[in-house]
This record gives sequence, structure tokens and C-alpha cells, in this order.
Amino acid sequence: MALLEVSGLHAAYGEVRVLHGLSFVTEKGGITALLGANGAGKTTTLRAVCAMLRTEGEIRFDGERIERRPTEDIVRRGIAHVPDGRGTFLHLTTEENLRLGAYTRKDRAAVAADLERVYGYFPRLKERRRQQAGTLSGGEQQMLAVSRALMLRPKLMLLDEPSFGLAPLLVKELFQILREIKEREGVSLLLVEQNAALALELADHAYLIETGRVVLSGSAAELRRDEGVRRAYLGY
Amino acid sequence: MEQALHQILDGLATGGIYASLALALVMIYQATHLVNFAQGEMAMFSTYIAWTLINAGMGYWPAFALTVAIAFVFGVLIERIIVRPVENAPVLAVVVVFIALLVILNSLAGWIYTYTIKTFPSPFPKDPVLGIHYMSPHEMGAIAVTLVVLLLVFLFFRFTPLGLAMRAAAQNPVSSRLVGIRVGWMLALGWGLAAAIGSVAGMMIAPVVYLDPNMMSGILLYAFAAALLGGIDNPGGAVLGGFIVGVLENLLGAFVIGNELKLAVALVLIIAVLLIKPSGFFGRVHVTRV
Amino acid sequence: MSRRVLLALAVLLALACVLPFFLSSYRTFQLTLVLVYAVALLGLNILTGYNGQISLGHGAFYAIGAYCAAILMDRWGVPYWATLPVAGAVCLVAGFLFGVPALRLEGLYLALATFALGVSMPQLLKNKAVEGWTGGVQGIVIAKPEAPGFMRAAGLTLNADQWLYFFTLLVAVLMFALCRNLLRGRVGRALVAIRDHHIAAEAMGIHGALYKSLAFGVSAMYTGVAGALGAIAVQYVAPDSFNIFLSLVFLVGIVIGGLASISGALYGALFIEFVPNIADEISKAAPWAVFGVFLIVFIYLMPSGVAGAVRLAAARRKNWRRAP
Repeated sequence: MALLEVSGLHAAYGEVRVLHGLSFVTEKGGITALLGANGAGKTTTLRAVCAMLRTEGEIRFDGERIERRPTEDIVRRGIAHVPDGRGTFLHLTTEENLRLGAYTRKDRAAVAADLERVYGYFPRLKERRRQQAGTLSGGEQQMLAVSRALMLRPKLMLLDEPSFGLAPLLVKELFQILREIKEREGVSLLLVEQNAALALELADHAYLIETGRVVLSGSAAELRRDEGVRRAYLGY
Repeated sequence: MEQALHQILDGLATGGIYASLALALVMIYQATHLVNFAQGEMAMFSTYIAWTLINAGMGYWPAFALTVAIAFVFGVLIERIIVRPVENAPVLAVVVVFIALLVILNSLAGWIYTYTIKTFPSPFPKDPVLGIHYMSPHEMGAIAVTLVVLLLVFLFFRFTPLGLAMRAAAQNPVSSRLVGIRVGWMLALGWGLAAAIGSVAGMMIAPVVYLDPNMMSGILLYAFAAALLGGIDNPGGAVLGGFIVGVLENLLGAFVIGNELKLAVALVLIIAVLLIKPSGFFGRVHVTRV
Repeated sequence: MSRRVLLALAVLLALACVLPFFLSSYRTFQLTLVLVYAVALLGLNILTGYNGQISLGHGAFYAIGAYCAAILMDRWGVPYWATLPVAGAVCLVAGFLFGVPALRLEGLYLALATFALGVSMPQLLKNKAVEGWTGGVQGIVIAKPEAPGFMRAAGLTLNADQWLYFFTLLVAVLMFALCRNLLRGRVGRALVAIRDHHIAAEAMGIHGALYKSLAFGVSAMYTGVAGALGAIAVQYVAPDSFNIFLSLVFLVGIVIGGLASISGALYGALFIEFVPNIADEISKAAPWAVFGVFLIVFIYLMPSGVAGAVRLAAARRKNWRRAP
């Protein structure tokens, strides 16, 4: 069942058009990857889903059209966005960052339980819970960003280049945890990644984006076998 | 020696007023990263509203409470109607809008209420209390009120989810939206709170300096200096700064410079301090990844 | 500069030369003040618009320049035109000296420091210690300059107001030209780089401290020369005319005119000279309220100032022309 359906998405930054009629679907309970080179429009796509820029086209979440709603409303419907650059609240503490993730929730007891669960996934965050978030390392801030998204108890998590700037070992750790999260929490993931190999290992379905259009789509396995993808993005 | 003590205590009393207004300035700064130069005039206007209510027969504390509420709404409205349309304009353009607001409020007050000085009542008894002769009951009361306000604001920002959301919205509006915070309303709330705090300051100072449209201009300047001295993003620092500035002003005026130059000298001293500690005594040293 | 811009400037200059012969003495005087303010605003714009250092105290440099001119003319009989370079030099040094400690202060803190400067100036001028020079509260009265002899010999009769206007126009044109050369080249780019991202600028080898202090100095120099011109035009200097309000009006001027824009200085000067008069005519009871409303409306309609709006309109016309 489709959780997120995007059809004919156009988007522009001022005068520069970046997306030209993009269409894709994210299945409920699955992991979907958007692949492509730098500047292909992947980050823009995630931003468009969250209405962070003006778009034309249709975006349906859980059956409802969301493209004209403000970002705050879209988030309240259950989409958590882990932006590129992480979007950490640098001057607040780690724990304050996490609590903000749960800002829109009314179930206080459950929030407290979720906080503990998140610390379970990322014990390093628990150690640094009272530290100013700006002093955390890049990897820790990435964990914080993912955790903050989790605190929303989202139906869908958007992850923008989670591997960016992280040491390979950390990336492996992070992706392992992402798989766990999907299985245990039942969260669907929409992943944008330049590192195609990693993304295809994690995802069920994938779309290849080039200059703002989907040029290839299929299961992760299919894309991994595809000749063009192998040469251009997987390096063999 | 007794003279000095008297000046210090006097300074603490006026310092309390500077502290309240400095608190309002820091609040708006924390919520919007802007300094509201019209803060003083908004406080003055609120005090006139209180005066109108009291003159119409309302008791002091009910009028006080109603004025604070009206000031809050006033602040929210000003943010939504006047500040919101220019939120994407260059910072200096917004500063000019604040200057314009200052000038409009001052002029309107003069027009509606005239420039004749009016008296404003104090809720505290006139005769010395508890045998203390160094400070009038009003001065003590004003300090107490300032401290209570500070405490409430501190608790609000530190321990309530709304306070946290307001801090977040001020620091990083984009990320705030991504956690579902309605950033626009957070800003409006910040303005409302600041206006409310300012109205309290106005009502505490009016009995001392008498009510007239220009009563807040010098005070605003000291409040601004106090806020910077304490660190513009630190409410506690702003309050401490307010008390320091109050005492400094009094001591300088009485013993060193004479009343004419005390404003200039106080400012110069504050700047000298800032040259040593550029983000104020308690300002947060910002950690930025380059 | 493109041919169109050169043509527009030529027309403007021609107009400026012809106007005083069709206007009353008072209006000519007002135009002279517009030119004076334009030079002052140019100075402030160099510092605040191009280099991003906020100054709420530029009225102080205006005052220093004005008093330089007044003291030189009144005490030492220096001819009026010779006071300008002195005023400029004094303010250049004063600005640079202020700029050095100001390096430690950023944004709001710098605003407060300059605000203190602006607030203190009247009191400093009134101070007993310098009364002998400054004339204390009463200030100094200066004689009005007359058109030079050679003009009368050539058969051109200009009254004093007209001569003053042309003199100011000449100085203003020179100052604008100098500024344009400065800002269009390496210096201008360095200033803007420092404003936009000083860490990156330093990493590229721009000596931030030097440029910032120089910006302060040059900016003060411009405003100081304007102050001298203003003193000569008004024929009077007194401490209370150089209060903090003057500094705030200058700030309003560059924002309304357009930050980081040379033409903005002229638009801003027109605004700060004429709009208060208009506001006064609209409402005698609360003229500043009307002025404030004007300010807000201007900012709403033109957040980047008049110069910004003009640029936008020109760009739109270009796009409209280019459309297939």
C-alpha cells in the first residue's frame, strides 16, 4: 500500500527549475531510496515533500493531498524529516533537541518511554544528554537528528544523505540501526543517498533521479543488477 | 559613607526597572534575534492605559492585571500586523520599522494624553516599612516585582515545552518547522510576553519619574546597555546588568561626573567593559562549526 | 558604465545645474542640504551598507566636521573651502581611531558603542573644558560665503545661496566619483566580502582588521566633510543640533535610500530632507506619527530601499523585453 505518492512534481529555486515532473511512490512499511549524483534534485525532492519550497504537482500522504499545506502541518501528520546538514538546534542540549522532536505529541508518558528507547539505540547520546548539541561530533549529530525524527513517532521518515561526512564505520552502524528501526518501530523510510551501494543494500525499492526526473525505478535488487547503474553509480 | 549607601540602594531600585526592560529586550531578542527599539514606548503606552483604567475607577491591582493582559495582546498584534510583513527584509530595514514604531507611539501618546506630566499611583505604602529608612517601600516593592517576573520568565523558558519551543523557533526556524512548531506564533508570543514585561516596568517606574510620553527614552538606553552587559541572549544576565547599570549611574552622577554627563559616561564605561568581554558578562560564547 | 547610465547622469547633472535659477532661495538652500546629506549618507553607507558595521552614531562625525569648519573659519579666518580637507582629515583619523577598538565589537555591541558616541557628542561639545573652542551651548556663528570675485568679473551674478549650492554640488560630485572608484574595485569587493562572510574573507587573504578600520575612517571622513559643508550652509553650529536624533535620521536615510548603493545616498537624502516637512503639513498635532507611518509604508513597499526598487524595476523591464 502506498504511503507517499508523488506525481508530476515540479519545483524551482527562484527562476531555476530543479524538478521536472518527478513521480515516485513509497510503500508502507518499506524502505525506498532516491539515488542520483550531486545536483540531481534528490534533496529538493525531500524538501518539496515537506513544503519547504513552492511546487507544482501532486503529493499524497496516506491518501490525503499535502502539497499546499504548511510544513508544520505536514510534520504533524506524521512525516519526520532528517534534513541534510542535520538541522540540529546547536545551542540547546542534546536532550532538549530530542524533546523538541516530540513537541507535537500529547502522550507524555509514551514520550518519556520513547526517549529511553532512543537512548537505547544510541547510547552515546545518553552520555551527552546535557551537553550543548553544537559540541557534538558530526556522527553524533547525525544520530541526534535521526533520534529527533524518531521522537515524533512518525509514519514516514525522510532521510537526506545520512551518510554524508561520516566515517565508513559509523555509516555502517547507522544503517544497521536504521534497518532495526524500520523493523521494530514500523516506520517507513524514504532515503536520499549519493552512496548508491549502501542505499541499495538497505532499501527495498529505489528510483534513479537525473536532472530532476526519474530515469529508472524498480526493486533494489533490480537496480543493483542494472548495467547502467552498476557502471555509473556502483563503480563496477 | 551613608551617602554612598543611599546612592547604591537608590541605584538598585532604578536598576530593577532597567532590569525589567532589559528582560523584555532579551525576550524579543531570543525570540526574533532583533532588538526592539520601540520597547520603551510600548511600555509607556501600556502605562498610560493603566492610568486611564485607574482614573476610570478601577482598583490598582485589577488595573495592573488588565494592563498586563492588554499589553500582551498589543504585543502579539504588533508582531502579526507590523513586524510580520517585513520579516524577510534586511535587518536594518526592520530596525527602521522599529524606530518608526517608536516615533509613532510617542507621538500618539503626546497627542492623546498631552505632554503634561501626570502622577501615577504606587501600590506600596508611602511610609517606611519594617523600620527601613534607606529605601522607600515603593523601591523595595519594585525590586521584588522585578525579581518575581524574572523568576517566572526563567521557569517558563527553562522548564515548559512552550518555552523550549520558543527558544528553538528563535534559534533555528527551519528545523523548528520540521518538528511541527508553528514558528510564526512563537514569534508573536515572544512579542506578547516582552510587551507584558515592559508594561510591568512602566508601571513600576511611573510613580518615580512621573508619567509623560518621553519618560522611557533614557531608561530604554540604560536597559539596552544592561542587556548587552549581561549578554544579549541571557535573561539572568540582563537582570544583573540592569542592577549594575542602575547603581553605576547613581554613583557616577552623585560622585564623579554630575548629572549632565552621567549618561554618556555610563555608556562609555559599559563599552569599555564590552571591549574586554565582547559578549557581555554571561553571554553565551557561540559554538559555530565553520 | 553603460551608455544609458552615463546619459542619465548627464541629464541629472544638467538639471542640477539649472534648477537654482528657477527656484526660490529657500528651495535652493534645501537642495544644498540634500547634497550635504547625500555625502553624509554616502559615508555611512560605506561603513554600514558595504561593510556591514552598524553605526548609530555617525552624527558625531558630522558634528566634528562641522565644528572643524566653524572653528577654523571663526577663530582663524580660514577660507571656507579650505576647511573641507581639514575636516576630512580630522574625521578620517577620528574614524580610524574609533574603528580600531570597534573591531572587538560585533553587530549589536557595535551599535551600542556608536550609539554612545552619538549620545555623548552634544554633552562633550558643551563641556566646560572645551568651551573656549566650541563656544559652549551657544555655539558658533559663521559668515556666509560669497561668490568668488572672478565670477562677478566674468559677468555671472550668483547670489550667496546659489553659489553655495554650486560649490556643494561640485564637492558632492567629486566625493561621489571618488566613492564609486573606491567601491567598484578591489576595495569595494573586499569590504563586501568581509560583510558577507568575514571568516572566508580572511581565509582568502583579505586583512579584515585593516579594511574594517579603514572603512570606519573613510566613512567618517565623508560624513565629516558633509558636516563641514552643512555648517557652511547653515552658518551656525550648536551642540544640540548634533544629537542622537541626527544619527538615527542618517540610519533611516541609508535604509530608505538603499543599503550598499551609491545612488541610494541621494534618494535617502531627498527623503530625510523633504518628508518631515510633508509630515508636518499633514498633521500639526502628531507630525512624527505621520513620519513614522511614511517610514513603515516605504519599508513595506521597498524593503531594499528606493535604490533596490529601482534595480528591481530595471531588471523586470529587461526580462520583459527579452521574453519571446
